[in-house]
Amino acid sequence: MPKSIRDAYGEALLKYGRDDERVVVLDADLSGSTKSGIFGKACPERFFNVGIAESNMTAMAAGMASVGKIPFVNTFAVFLTSIGLIAAREFGSYSKLPIKLAGAYSGMSDAFDGPSHHALEDIAIMRSLPNFKVFVPCDEHQTEWVVKNAIDDPSPMYLRLSRDVFPAVYSPDASFEEGKGNIVRGGSDATVIACGLMVGKALEAADRLAKDGLSVRVVDMFCIKPLDSELVVRCARETGAIVTAEEHNIFGGLGSAVSEALCRAGVQVPSAFAGVNDMHGECGPYDKLQHKYGFDADAVEAKLREVLARK
Amino acid sequence: MNAPDIEQLERLCKQFRIDIINTLHERQTGHPGGSLSLVEILTTLYYTQMNVDPGRPDMPERDRLVLCKGHGAPALYRVLAEKGFFPVAEMKTLRCFESRLQGHPCPLHTPGIDAATGPLGIGLSAALGMALGLRLDGSAARVYAILGDGELNEGTVWEACMSAAKFHADNLCAVVDWNGVQLDGPADKIMPMGDIHAKFTAFGWNCIECPGHDIGALFNAFELAKKVKGVPTVILAHTVKGKGVSFMEGQSAWHGKAIDDESYEKAIADLGGAD
Repeated sequence: MPKSIRDAYGEALLKYGRDDERVVVLDADLSGSTKSGIFGKACPERFFNVGIAESNMTAMAAGMASVGKIPFVNTFAVFLTSIGLIAAREFGSYSKLPIKLAGAYSGMSDAFDGPSHHALEDIAIMRSLPNFKVFVPCDEHQTEWVVKNAIDDPSPMYLRLSRDVFPAVYSPDASFEEGKGNIVRGGSDATVIACGLMVGKALEAADRLAKDGLSVRVVDMFCIKPLDSELVVRCARETGAIVTAEEHNIFGGLGSAVSEALCRAGVQVPSAFAGVNDMHGECGPYDKLQHKYGFDADAVEAKLREVLARK
Repeated sequence: MNAPDIEQLERLCKQFRIDIINTLHERQTGHPGGSLSLVEILTTLYYTQMNVDPGRPDMPERDRLVLCKGHGAPALYRVLAEKGFFPVAEMKTLRCFESRLQGHPCPLHTPGIDAATGPLGIGLSAALGMALGLRLDGSAARVYAILGDGELNEGTVWEACMSAAKFHADNLCAVVDWNGVQLDGPADKIMPMGDIHAKFTAFGWNCIECPGHDIGALFNAFELAKKVKGVPTVILAHTVKGKGVSFMEGQSAWHGKAIDDESYEKAIADLGGAD
């Protein structure tokens, strides 16, 4: 059983932050959930639990960044990208301070708490802020890299995390590069460009289509911004059809970013968007939510069959 | 710190006021009321308290200032220019296209600015973060945050107050430019804040009240604040919005109004700047 994304994140924060005096960690009374508490327990002098005060927390982090610290800011994605947004915009985006916003429990991974706790718009919000980089890790190993990379790269960043266990995609020694998507499965009839949970789901859908003799390429686009536009365009040209897959509103997220890249390049191929169709969810078991709201292997498979039929 | 030459600083303040009005009249944009109420607070800080070096604006050991009420930028720019962070003549580019002097402060544009401000309510939190970060490094630097009293309407200010007390940020000193007037009218009409002194005290802060246009009193308050250990200090500085210009004093209409030629002549005469 792979580690949950939140466990992988919390452990990576300790692994790379423990001996780096620049790393400070803030949380808003959710450190048991976000797993920032793992770092907090080991390094209490560099851990700041500000209580339920996300706006204050994000601005405090910026102040720390301005004096040379690398702050990781932790709370649920939905609150971080709404209540924390004004500080993210003023100090991260506008002032370019290296704040690392770690959005826990994104998508519908906080399944039973319901729509008030789901985050289906956070990618759209954060990628619209100049200077922010946006990462959506798809498994535990990539999550660890995302944390290490956030320490190494002095940019403001949004790290979109999850409560849950995601299907394993990479081996522990896999390496990644900012702004470069990875082809995790070769194929020539269509490409699924996915992020986060949906990379594993896309691989599952590709397996199903393979049984019908269809060859589907799967790209892990873990870095939404800067986007690997060159890879997007190349996949469209080489496979002739694109499906994007994300645990997010189909408006404003990965699907939009991919469409922008294709539009700029003047490349038009049959395309479809797997994701939440501009609506809020409900509470319930995560797997049932994934199916009902269009971000599981079935949804990717259906979109693939649709674009293949339009080729 | 030795007692400052108060008369000399008062002469500086007089000149700053005249120059602020000159600039705002020339540019026909910017905030006169809340700039004029800040002049003595900023002058006292930069001339008697803060360790800064215009030749090395990014000096790590410097004291920091966050002008939470970012619309007071004209006053801050004028003081920074006099200190030598950039030429005084550059004041005339305030709010101009491609100017270093943006409508609200930003460190990426202007030497001597420590934090971007403009959205009210989040500056004190940023100042607190600076104070805690500096303390982790064993720095002796202090962090000053200047808020408007209208800004106290923002809930995040009080979140910062709780955090500053929890983390014993005694290297943080907030100043409230308590001029009693905000954009839409008198502060006690727009949003009554009740007993501000009692509120800060209840949040665990050391609270000092002083007349905000009295350089000697401000100096004493800042000196006192430095001696207080274990808790943050707030100085509630009683000021007058539009201070020094008779028809602007206490008037919300002059929060952000462009200065017409007739008002300009009167203002300069009030400030003793007529030829």
